[in-house]
Amino acid sequence: MLKPRYSIFSLARNAMNYHKDWERAWRSPSPKAEYDAVIVGAGGHGLATAYYLAKNHKMTNIAVVEKGWLGGGNTGRNTTIIRSNYLQDPSIAIYELARTLYEGLSQELNYNVMFSPRGVLMLCQTQHELRAFQRTAHANRLAGLDCRMITPAEVKEIVPIINDDPNCRYPILGAYYQPRGGTGRHDAVAWGYARGADDMGVDIIQNCEVTGIQRDGNQVMGLETSRGVIKTKKVGVVTAGNVSTVMDMAGVRMPIESLCLQALVSEPIKPVIDCVVMANTVHGYMSQSDKGELVIGGGTDPYNNYSQRGSFASLEHTITALIETFPIISRLRMLRHWGGIVDMTGDRSPIIGKTPVDGLYVNCGWGTGGFKAIPGSGWVFADTLANDRPHKIAEAFSMERFTEGRFIDESVAAAVAH
Amino acid sequence: MLLVTCPVCHASGDETDFHFGGQAHVARPATSNPEGISDEQQREYLFTRINPKGLHFERVRCDRGCGKWFHAARDTMTMEFKAFYGITELPPDHVIKQAKGAWAEYFTMRMKKQK
Repeated sequence: MLKPRYSIFSLARNAMNYHKDWERAWRSPSPKAEYDAVIVGAGGHGLATAYYLAKNHKMTNIAVVEKGWLGGGNTGRNTTIIRSNYLQDPSIAIYELARTLYEGLSQELNYNVMFSPRGVLMLCQTQHELRAFQRTAHANRLAGLDCRMITPAEVKEIVPIINDDPNCRYPILGAYYQPRGGTGRHDAVAWGYARGADDMGVDIIQNCEVTGIQRDGNQVMGLETSRGVIKTKKVGVVTAGNVSTVMDMAGVRMPIESLCLQALVSEPIKPVIDCVVMANTVHGYMSQSDKGELVIGGGTDPYNNYSQRGSFASLEHTITALIETFPIISRLRMLRHWGGIVDMTGDRSPIIGKTPVDGLYVNCGWGTGGFKAIPGSGWVFADTLANDRPHKIAEAFSMERFTEGRFIDESVAAAVAH
Repeated sequence: MLLVTCPVCHASGDETDFHFGGQAHVARPATSNPEGISDEQQREYLFTRINPKGLHFERVRCDRGCGKWFHAARDTMTMEFKAFYGITELPPDHVIKQAKGAWAEYFTMRMKKQK
């Protein structure tokens, strides 16, 4: 049941007809009584998992259930930054797999995800930060990543609007540069994976909230949902900020806290910045969308929150920092502002793998940086789910690491410390 | 912006005057039994968290006031504070009654111990 491919010709053909005849990108099926596997959560990670389950592992009798609408959670709420220059080897492996997959994703999905490798700059604004990033740079070079340290003069050349005053509170001492990093179109990633998965027969069931997880002994038997019981022996929970509440239904307590992370965009202006700039010390990051809006993000709010609304104090903190870094933006008006609920682990690295319950798998803990990992996360989680053992890259991200003290500490290497 | 009242010095202020310290009532198992604790207990203490959608209990410090740590009961959906209470105290009974899931289990256990 192959869908007609999107191309310049299909665009021209539909243009002739006022775009009235575009086919639906995915179906809206009612849930079947039973599936081979069910993914909970139709965000980027969940849909990518479903896509690779169908594509790489030929599991097409599967469903993705979503309590709201597809891509309506953090997938549609992030600042779309893609990079892989993390400090620890397991992180480098999974984020670089994701970044590499992003490079060919538009072709793979026949859906323009607008991956734009415009370069990601991580500013060094204290001596300590400079050394920390030099350490990351060495780790990344050993892993074969294309990244390098650059001088303040180079920073100014790449980002002319940056404040390069050497006497300011946090002067630019250099930057860690990943030229192959960049941004993508977040909604398109979810839509592209959804369309691709649907094409292979995956049922994507929206407005279907999971209310219970059925078990027989220690084996998962099915899901109770707002649209009835769905039988399945494999459940993959990919629900980000809501992972604790879903896992509670199976009696599994998670090492996760849900916090609110806010972002905002300015009114559209002419192109002023053609890369992504992250400023860890002052807590903020910024890029410019193709529409001209400046896309701005910062640190999380400091307390547990499920409301998808943050506080103005955190927002002000981010804005203050970015105005200091980019004085040009001080008089811009802000257009939209929103919050997403991020799932934070103790070591700021994700949890991917099996759980104490047979047939129950979890992919969560992406915290404030999940968007960049979507293709890689889906790839390894699909493999883990299909073969009932962790994918080689996912092994290090098991939940047991918190018992064994085998942390993947990225709290220092994160773009912005939370 | 959350409005907080310190139960120690009774000063009120917005959230920037206070510091949030995460989940309340986390007991360190090594304090009472340093040799006998397992890796699982240590994990529970350090990382496993009650993370409810709804009523939650957390630690707060009166950062720009008296400097004391205290407890707060807050709904994580509505952001409404239900109670502020001392660092060695349990929440008021009517708030304990509203606790659900892991928190309800915890308070039942604490009440049993007290008796």
